[in-house]
Amino acid sequence: MSQLNLHLKVWRQNAGQPGHFQDIEAPEIPDHASFLEMMDIVNERLISKGQEPVAFDHDCREGICGMCSMQINGVPHGPEKATTTCQLHMRKFRTGDTIWVEPFRAKAFPVIKDLVVDRGAFDRIQQAGGFISVRTGAPQDANALPIGKVVADAAMDAAACIGCGACVAACKNASAMLFVSAKAGQLNVLPQGQPEKDRRTLGMVRQMDKEGFGNCTNQYECEAACPKEISVRWITKLNRDYAVAAVKEALGNTPKVAGGGD
Amino acid sequence: MSAVFDSFSRFYASSIGKKILVALTGLMLIGFVFGHLVGNLLIFAGQDAINEYGHLLQTALHGGGVWIARVGLLAAVLIHVVATVSLTKQNNAARPDKYGQHKAQVSSKSSHTMILSGLTILAFVVYHLLHYTVRIGNSFNSDAYKIDLHGEKVHNVYKMVIDGFSWAPASLFYLIAMALLSSHLSHGFSSLFQTLGISTDKSEPVFKKAGYAFAGLIFAGNAAIVLSIWLFGYGR
Repeated sequence: MSQLNLHLKVWRQNAGQPGHFQDIEAPEIPDHASFLEMMDIVNERLISKGQEPVAFDHDCREGICGMCSMQINGVPHGPEKATTTCQLHMRKFRTGDTIWVEPFRAKAFPVIKDLVVDRGAFDRIQQAGGFISVRTGAPQDANALPIGKVVADAAMDAAACIGCGACVAACKNASAMLFVSAKAGQLNVLPQGQPEKDRRTLGMVRQMDKEGFGNCTNQYECEAACPKEISVRWITKLNRDYAVAAVKEALGNTPKVAGGGD
Repeated sequence: MSAVFDSFSRFYASSIGKKILVALTGLMLIGFVFGHLVGNLLIFAGQDAINEYGHLLQTALHGGGVWIARVGLLAAVLIHVVATVSLTKQNNAARPDKYGQHKAQVSSKSSHTMILSGLTILAFVVYHLLHYTVRIGNSFNSDAYKIDLHGEKVHNVYKMVIDGFSWAPASLFYLIAMALLSSHLSHGFSSLFQTLGISTDKSEPVFKKAGYAFAGLIFAGNAAIVLSIWLFGYGR
């Protein structure tokens, strides 16, 4: 085991106040530590010196919950491809390196404290259509609804999205298109998703716009930064589904609703 | 009627709706840029060829054809510019606090400068129209630029182009504008297929290469006209 001496430039900010970069020296970091464990060590030392520890998001530390974030040296989740911050290890750095650690920056992701941002906008987009409405009774017989292997695999690929927000952080426009396209697409390709497909697509895109995310300029930085390697082809599909849904909404029949009831 | 109008205004208000309009108008403008180049290359077929072509454009549909094209193109340019300026404003507002470090991993320089290349091309188009269509600040409207063609008095497009590119500042501006147009197309061409929901994993690389080839063709073709006249004295 070897040890690394690192120079950190860490973003410090309290909600609603302007932030700044703080220079923090991080000597003697074991190279088998994960990035979050390195932050734990740094925080222990700050606390023992009576200083305020750096606030950052983390939960499962297994790369599947989507809680950890951090823009590391200008890239969401750091330099390792298809890896979350918790699965990034310090052996990917060299002793003497200066490491910039920043929050995922977007108007729709306000800073709560230091590196912690509020990603509640993603939840509101999900609530606007990222679901199917089914009767939750006894489970259906297996394979009662045949789904082709290719479609099932594709839906699973989209469903791999952990909602971490790296796509927003990587995009120069802070666009949420990769997230929204994965969450809408995983249902829009499946038979269970068909009844609410148009409503889902319109609802989620409109909520995305309302949250103040930017617009996609087809540069695919999101795909490069995504720890789950979600493909930008889902964005192609969202564009297509949205166009179809909007035309149907504009020109299609609106069913007459019988009076009474509610 | 108003239900349809409401739906359209909602479509335009949405991010994807605006982008689809940008893509469709971009496709129209790509078609125009290609046709414009092919027509202009007739300059290398001699004086009569390009003058005849110019006369044909002016008199198609009893002179109405050129106006239909102008109105269509003006609408396309307006929608393309107004929508992209509005999208760009939203994009800038979406990240008020900038990163200390922000690395682009896969995107091209051209894709990061679309608004700058685009607005410069817009300024160029205005200059270009004043130069050769309205013909302000030169004598291209005078009788010296009329010529007999099959017994008809027509505009001498050939002489106008040769004289126009004999002036270094104009030639230089045209070359810079064509380089920026080529940069704009290198991202915009393949990008429009993504926005229209057509790209697939198999077709995307083809659209990308076709976009680079198209951008190269537009630059090479237009630069050939300017350079052969300005530097190599073609037709002078």
